[in-house]
Amino acid sequence: MEQLLQQVASGLANGAIYALLALALVMIFVSTNHINFAQGEMAMFSAFVCWQLLNWGYPFWVALPATMLFSFIIGVLIERIILRPLHTAPLLSVVVVFIGLLAIFHSLAGAIWTHTVKPFPSPFPNFTFAGSGIIGPHQIGMIVVAVGMLALLFCFFRFTPLGLAMRAAALNATSARLVGINVDWMLALGWGLAATVGSVAGVLVAPVVYLEPNMMAGILLYGFAGALVGGISSPGGAVAGGFIVGVLENMVAYLGNMLERATGFYLIGNGEKLTVALIIVITVLTLKPSGLFGRVTVKRV
Amino acid sequence: MATTMTTETPANGGAAAETVPLSGLRRPVSKWIWLGVIFAALLPLIGGQTGLISNFYFLQLSLMIVYSIAVLGLNLLIGFNGQISLGHGAFFAVGAYVTAILIDRYEMHYLATLPPAMFVCFVIGYLFGRPALRLEGHYLALATFALAIAVPQFLKYRHFEPFTHGVQGINIFKPDPPFGMPLSPDQWLYLVVLACAIVMFIVARNIVQSRMGRAMMAIRDQPLAADTMGINSARTKSITFGISALYVGLAGALHAIIFEFVSPDSFRFELSIAILVGAVIGGIATLSGAVIGGFFVQFIEKYADALTKWVTSTVHLPIHLEPWTIYGIVLIVLMYTMPMGIAGGLASLWRKIRPPG
Amino acid sequence: MTKRTRRDVLVGGSAIAAASVVGFPAIAQGKKYDDGATDTTIKIGHSGPYSGNASAYGNIGRTIEATFKMVNDNGGINGRKIEFITYDDGYSPPKTVEMVRKLVEQDKVLFLFNTLGTPPNTAIHRYMNQKKVPQLFVATGASKWGQPKEFPWTMGWQPDYVTEGAIYAKHILATVKEPKIGILMQNDDYGKDYYNGFIQGLGDKKNLIAQLATYEVTDPTVDSQMIQLKNTGANVFFNITTPKFAAQAIKKAAEIDWKPAHYLNNVSSSFGSVFRPAGIPASQGVMLALYRKDANDAQFASAPDVVAFKAFMAKYMASFDIKDDTHNYGYSVTHTLIEVLKKCGDELTRDNVMKQSASLKGYEAPLLLPGIKINTSATDFYPLQSVQMARVKGESFEMFGEILSSESA
Repeated sequence: MEQLLQQVASGLANGAIYALLALALVMIFVSTNHINFAQGEMAMFSAFVCWQLLNWGYPFWVALPATMLFSFIIGVLIERIILRPLHTAPLLSVVVVFIGLLAIFHSLAGAIWTHTVKPFPSPFPNFTFAGSGIIGPHQIGMIVVAVGMLALLFCFFRFTPLGLAMRAAALNATSARLVGINVDWMLALGWGLAATVGSVAGVLVAPVVYLEPNMMAGILLYGFAGALVGGISSPGGAVAGGFIVGVLENMVAYLGNMLERATGFYLIGNGEKLTVALIIVITVLTLKPSGLFGRVTVKRV
Repeated sequence: MATTMTTETPANGGAAAETVPLSGLRRPVSKWIWLGVIFAALLPLIGGQTGLISNFYFLQLSLMIVYSIAVLGLNLLIGFNGQISLGHGAFFAVGAYVTAILIDRYEMHYLATLPPAMFVCFVIGYLFGRPALRLEGHYLALATFALAIAVPQFLKYRHFEPFTHGVQGINIFKPDPPFGMPLSPDQWLYLVVLACAIVMFIVARNIVQSRMGRAMMAIRDQPLAADTMGINSARTKSITFGISALYVGLAGALHAIIFEFVSPDSFRFELSIAILVGAVIGGIATLSGAVIGGFFVQFIEKYADALTKWVTSTVHLPIHLEPWTIYGIVLIVLMYTMPMGIAGGLASLWRKIRPPG
Repeated sequence: MTKRTRRDVLVGGSAIAAASVVGFPAIAQGKKYDDGATDTTIKIGHSGPYSGNASAYGNIGRTIEATFKMVNDNGGINGRKIEFITYDDGYSPPKTVEMVRKLVEQDKVLFLFNTLGTPPNTAIHRYMNQKKVPQLFVATGASKWGQPKEFPWTMGWQPDYVTEGAIYAKHILATVKEPKIGILMQNDDYGKDYYNGFIQGLGDKKNLIAQLATYEVTDPTVDSQMIQLKNTGANVFFNITTPKFAAQAIKKAAEIDWKPAHYLNNVSSSFGSVFRPAGIPASQGVMLALYRKDANDAQFASAPDVVAFKAFMAKYMASFDIKDDTHNYGYSVTHTLIEVLKKCGDELTRDNVMKQSASLKGYEAPLLLPGIKINTSATDFYPLQSVQMARVKGESFEMFGEILSSESA
């Protein structure tokens, strides 16, 4: 029983990582209809920037906002400089551009900071409490930040004029233009916000998986899966999807493990947990093609 | 320019972007292409025997052709049928393993292993396509992505180990040329691969021009209209997926024979991305794009490291660059200048400079 | 000369045919050369993962390159400059084959040195032996690199994983009362080798293993596996992981308050990339088998080889982190090769390179632990076979017990 709790808790903690990245993916999707394959590498690059600032001796609470600002600017610049000219290009061409961006961020990080694994301090205080054997303070911190970030974005999009304008631009660009919204800039802002969310994800992931250029390679897939499970157009769904994928994966390994111990037969285990989790996800998606929390869109002919 | 963007279905937009006019496909194969093919077939005689072309170059050429076959397979799916796949490396791996297992465990002749490899990939592709093709756009991307991740794991799966040798991989032997032909194994394999490619390209051309091909493109361009006209779109899509998998599986099988070795590490996720990038850079919905894509995968992607070093030393950059920097820049620049891929870019260039009439 | 090369390449497919062709070294004034060696240069080939998921090991290639630069700056070896050609193979076996064929057939290197990783080296193993080009001091600890009869052109360097795994097993049987063993293993060739050695060492006590948990290099964390292992009630933990995952495992064990006798594989014997990221308090007491000095360990600070290594890093690799153990490794293995090339004198043939590599007697490469020496012979292709057990104490390794050697050769 204790193990089950621990596995769920560790699944939630990993899920928080996926949720943050999924949130960033959704941010870009709702504003541009693209899935940014370079999102993970951008988050990794931001984490390196933060590490550099910390290494220069700035305190964490200076380094983090600076990193977020830096990421925001990079996001806006990428949209304005690299993606804007490709507005009418076919989707697959944009996918290739994302792969190009991924390659560039990855190799730049390696060139600047080398591939040596680096420790990264946790921003949360380390203390022991009643349940700390089940879940650590950093893990709780990640979950809180993931949910908090979602709440902030929700309020931003629901209650601020800028947030409303961004949604309008994404939903119906032509109508938004007619009411005087600068749609082009809204898209760039969407990219900036996504990069900012991603940078927070990077900074929170780094203490767990350690900082190195390959840090996000595996995580991107999970984030992608999380975003899709929840419904790629819904930020709340993305966060929930991230948690679902995290817990599901641990449960697959846990149950496979229990089965092996009870019967002595190895059916599935740690080697197959990702595969099985993905099969479950895809099965759910074939039954519910717009994701668990996504809205069904009716195609107009 | 025959370009239409269907904004309602963004996921398929890329494929739909270059709509190939049906009449254009009916053109007879230019005699220049046949001359080129004959020249390629004579290369071992011309280059090999005179020593102008080393065995290593034949290896590279063979690989280029292998990747062309794979890119062609993906092209049939994304270019002519408008579906996306991020996971065709999985079929490459399956094809390679079927061939390796048949040679290693059942001592089959290497050429005899190609049909089973293709068949297995077709079946898996078809069966995978059946449910997965209910998914559209990004969801299909995820499902195929998952396939690419899952296959290397399954190759290591405990209960398959007697066949796959798990993480160790399988060693097989490179065939010698038959009948004591005065060719090196590399030259012989080059001819084998070339012959396969010629057959597969002709078949692809015929598929695209057939009733099946028209159905494929109808689904790509006007899914609803295609349905209304009585095209069984689920079946067509699944069969296309199977055919596409078959092509990639053949490429994988040839790859295994060329390298005499398969292992789970040979078919990581990067391979799927490489094939996809090759297809897009080459130019989707064109058969010539597949050749260009194969060239790109073999000579630009694989030698990204050499390319980066060359650029660094030529431009005398003060900083040291990692292998993928220049590659990433090349991708972005190519997509900027030729969003329809190199084949599309060249075609539109030709239309511009061609003398009128 | 050119004719020989062409025929040589032609028969690449069959080992027997190749045997009759190779071996007409050019003879000039008592000097003997094969491809890649001249009066002024020695061409050496290498491929390693500068990209891809094993890119952390790319630093080995960079260190080798820098070490040769230092050698060249100091006049080279027997008056010859080293020309070191290294390509990126991304840890992908087919790509390694292609790059290695380029090195051998196009660049015409004298031999290959320290190609990295078990799967990539497996893919080129037969090719190198058919071509009779040395595949020297490969950067992997698999046990298959020491078979002089079947593969006379391939040689490993570091203590092999099987031997090391067996040493841990024997240590556990000798020191832990009623052991119950949990194992965390990277699910690949390298992990399997350690595991097999460990099983061999346990002999008929295989049932002491409570659970084997594996992870994939693409897994974000090994948290779930660690929880499983703790819950088996194991009191011994054998940790077969690469640095990043080793650090995660050590940290997680502390977090979930699991305190087994912790054995860590030598692959992750680094303060810089394992114990410091995991946290020094959490790493206390972790045991592992060592054969090299940690250059940052205070107890070796005044050793001449450590001083020289630090000077080298400061001059040739200033932008890299000296705490990364891969530099340490690259420097040490390159010096072993330098020793071989010195002994080759003016006879720079592939035959002689193998012959000299197989006749190292008591060579103490820089950064090897005191008492650990390199020995090879025509029948012993395992240069390093001794290790020293140590445990993490404070920010340093505390050696204990005697130097352990294996009789596996």
